[in-house]
Amino acid sequence: MNSANRLTPYLFMAPAIVIMGIALIYPLGYMMYGSLLDWNPSQSIEEAEFVGLKNYITLWGDPNFHESLAVTLIFAFVGVSIELVLGVGLALLLDRNLRGMTLLRTMFILPMMIAPVVVGLMWRYMFHPTVGTFNRTLEALGLPTVDWLGQNALLSVIIADVWQWTPFIFILSLAALQSLPRSALEAARIDGATAWQQIIHIKLPLMMPVLIVTGLLRLIDAFKVLEVILVLTEGGPGLSTEILALRISRTATEFRELGVAAAMSNYLLILLMLLTAAMFTLSRIQEIRANRVRAAAEEDS
Amino acid sequence: MPEIHLSQLVKRYGKTEVLHGIELSMAENEFTVLVGPSGCGKSTTLRMIAGLESVSDGEIYFDGKPVSHLEPKDRDLAMVFQDYALYPHMNVARNMSFALRLEKRPKDEIDRKVREVAATLGLSDYLERKPGELSGGQRQRVAMGRALTRDASTFLFDEPLSNLDAKLRGQMRAELALMSQRVQKNMIYVTHDQIEAMTLADRIVVMHGGYIQQEGTPEELFKRPINRFVAGFLGTPPMNFLGANIEQRGDEAFVAGDGFALRLEGAQADAAKKHSAREVTVGVRPSDIDYAPDAPSDRALTLQPLVSEYIGAQSVLLCENKAGNVTVEVKSETPVALGEPLTFAVNPERIHLFDRQSEAAL
Ligand SMILES: Nc1ncnc2c1ncn2[C@@H]1O[C@H](COP(=O)(O)OP(=O)(O)OP(=O)(O)O)[C@@H](O)[C@H]1O
Ligand SMILES: [Mg+2]
Repeated sequence: MNSANRLTPYLFMAPAIVIMGIALIYPLGYMMYGSLLDWNPSQSIEEAEFVGLKNYITLWGDPNFHESLAVTLIFAFVGVSIELVLGVGLALLLDRNLRGMTLLRTMFILPMMIAPVVVGLMWRYMFHPTVGTFNRTLEALGLPTVDWLGQNALLSVIIADVWQWTPFIFILSLAALQSLPRSALEAARIDGATAWQQIIHIKLPLMMPVLIVTGLLRLIDAFKVLEVILVLTEGGPGLSTEILALRISRTATEFRELGVAAAMSNYLLILLMLLTAAMFTLSRIQEIRANRVRAAAEEDS
Repeated sequence: MPEIHLSQLVKRYGKTEVLHGIELSMAENEFTVLVGPSGCGKSTTLRMIAGLESVSDGEIYFDGKPVSHLEPKDRDLAMVFQDYALYPHMNVARNMSFALRLEKRPKDEIDRKVREVAATLGLSDYLERKPGELSGGQRQRVAMGRALTRDASTFLFDEPLSNLDAKLRGQMRAELALMSQRVQKNMIYVTHDQIEAMTLADRIVVMHGGYIQQEGTPEELFKRPINRFVAGFLGTPPMNFLGANIEQRGDEAFVAGDGFALRLEGAQADAAKKHSAREVTVGVRPSDIDYAPDAPSDRALTLQPLVSEYIGAQSVLLCENKAGNVTVEVKSETPVALGEPLTFAVNPERIHLFDRQSEAAL
């Protein structure tokens, strides 16, 4: 009776687990297996030759892969950092009840709703060296023009990503801000905190859990971004904006090496998992340290 | 320290007005207690003084200077919130020292101050805990501690002891009384607890429905309530009210109701004569009625005790009478038989009369 009771929850979870297993584990396993093959798209998976870890080893020493990895890391970390600063900053500014604020907030999140391909096209037009909005404006102001999608391609790509995804961080930060305990902020005002001190000492620390998750979601997303860059630069000039997702897709389609593409995907997956694990370990360590300090203090007294 | 003056203070939330022109002066270093039923606007008044709520109309003056445009931090005050308002991410010590740390006081001074206050509040063992790991009463003490570490000139307390057990509450009350004698500060204190109000206050302000009903020393309010509401609000068990009419019989004035006629004395008799035949409500406190089998009928009520509530040295008798229910406070050893009509004497000097319609004291 007792053991039946304990098992009941798992029984109810079983359907979900089965579906998860099929939907998640199977494709993942397929990709794992594929990465161990020398496999080209015209072959079925049974015809492909098993080569063990060869794909991984080749990639490990491949300077093009290294460059692509570096571009991805720069793109993701720089982009997401800027987005965090801007998004949180905007949320702090707009967290007030003024007339018209709802409309303003809605407008801020519009970029997020536009399809990435359209965003890419839009920015490609605006970045155009001669007829683009930016260079025409610079010219009109008598300033030197910028070679947006040439020398500064990575920067331009980051700008487009920041434009599209800052709103995501903005809404989540705003939601976090508005659910902060009002009374704690009032107490801080009584305790003499200036607006800036309230942000530093009360708002940001209380928002931190939400910010960590938001940042993580954005990082994961940024590591996989494809369409905007494909439309904007196609990874060029040279390899300067060829992020991993793009390289993976080209490896699979242009170079026709499915095994290598799968191995590259797995590297990306490992990277993301490490990142996530690092985040959670970090917050866990902080928690443990706080507990230890407290335990010590309570033993003393 | 400042002399605080609220001038025709009005608070509106949208169209609903919750404070209707509060006029109140608090002298320097006075301990003012705001009392009143739930929802009467005590917290709102306090929060407006603190600067957390905007002033819809009227003005607040500190030492004659209008302050309603000032931020809370520029008003030099400390406050204990009704809902504690602790910083959830800081431990008890950091909660209590937040203001001092913002002021960049030396670290050892902060440490000393926090330990000192924590000791008086019985929080020394919990300094490293976060608010989420404390009981309600402990959190309330942290809220109190956060205000007491401050060196502000005005202290605002919004029901600061409501969640403590009786013993702790007594200790804290004594602690507060001591503090208010020792340091020269303005204290404005909201409470539902009559004992707190009576023992701590230099002055009590009774509020009801967004109006001030009466203000004065605890004794004034207890002895000379200006209307039925104040009379019924202060004092436990509350005052008894009986419907009656004023009757003039020859040279003497009586209040007569269903089954009783009490003779009035002194100034009250003179006053009553001017209102002959007026419909009134008679108010008598339970402590001003006593069991006295031989009392003359013109100063006695015939009551039928139904229930006796033993509360230690005193017993509270819930009695019935033709005019309504009456509570009586007697010494516990008084021999009363439940269920039988008995004679109780009323102290004629302690009879309160209120106009039936306006409820104002005569
Ligand atoms: N933000 C608000 N919006 C609208 N009405 C409000 C708001 N805050 C308070 N009120 C109303 O104002 C009145 C006074 O509230 P207040 O909190 O001052 O009461 P209180 O005397 O402190 O009561 P309690 O003893 O229960 O704490 C109440 O009727 C309440 O409903
Ligand atoms: Mg209140």
